[in-house]
Amino acid sequence: MQMGVDILSWLLLTCGGLFVLVGGIGALRMPDLYTRMHAASVTDGIAPILIVGGLILQAGITLASIKLAAILIFLLLTGPAASNALASAAVLSGHRPGNASEMSAEEEA
Amino acid sequence: MYIAVALALVVTMGLALIRALLGPSVYDRVLAVNMMGTKTVLLLSVITFAFGRPDFLDLALAYALINFIGVLAVLEFFRKRSELDPENNDEGTQ
Repeated sequence: MQMGVDILSWLLLTCGGLFVLVGGIGALRMPDLYTRMHAASVTDGIAPILIVGGLILQAGITLASIKLAAILIFLLLTGPAASNALASAAVLSGHRPGNASEMSAEEEA
Repeated sequence: MYIAVALALVVTMGLALIRALLGPSVYDRVLAVNMMGTKTVLLLSVITFAFGRPDFLDLALAYALINFIGVLAVLEFFRKRSELDPENNDEGTQ
C-alpha cells in the first residue's frame, strides 16, 4: 500500500517537473508575447496540480497536506486571473499578435 | 526525487530570468516575473519535503499571495501609464 502511494507520488512529481521544464523552454523560445503566455500557462496550470498533488500524497493526512491544498487552490485561482490581466493590459496598450517573421522584421527596422 | 524536481524548477527559473532580461516588451518581463513567482512557491513546497522543514509551507503560502498582488499592481501601473501617454508606451526597448 505504502509502496503504491510512493510510486504514484513519484510519478506525479516527475511529470510535474517535466511540464515545468517544457513550459520554461517554451516561454524562452516562442516568437511573440501571446505564444509565450500560452507556453507559460502550462507551468501555471498543470504543473502545480501534479507537483503539489505528489507532495500531498507524500504528506498523508496531516496539517502539511491541508496547507499544500490551500497553496494549490491559491495558485489555481490567481494564475488565470493574472494571465487574464496581463493579456488584457497588453491588448489595450496596442500590442497585436503577429507571426514570427513580422515580429523579427519589426525588431530589425 | 525531490532534488530532481527542485532542479527542474531551478532550471526553469533560470530560463524565465533569461526571458525577463531579454524582454523585448514590458509585458514579456511581467510574464517572466509571474512565472518566476509561481516557480518560487513550488520550489519552497518541494524544499519543505526535501529538507523536512514544515515551516517553509507558511512561507510558500504567503509568497503565493504576495506574488499575485504584485503582478496585478505592476499591470495596473503600466495600463494607466499607457492610457495617459499613448505615444510613449512599452513597445521600445529599455
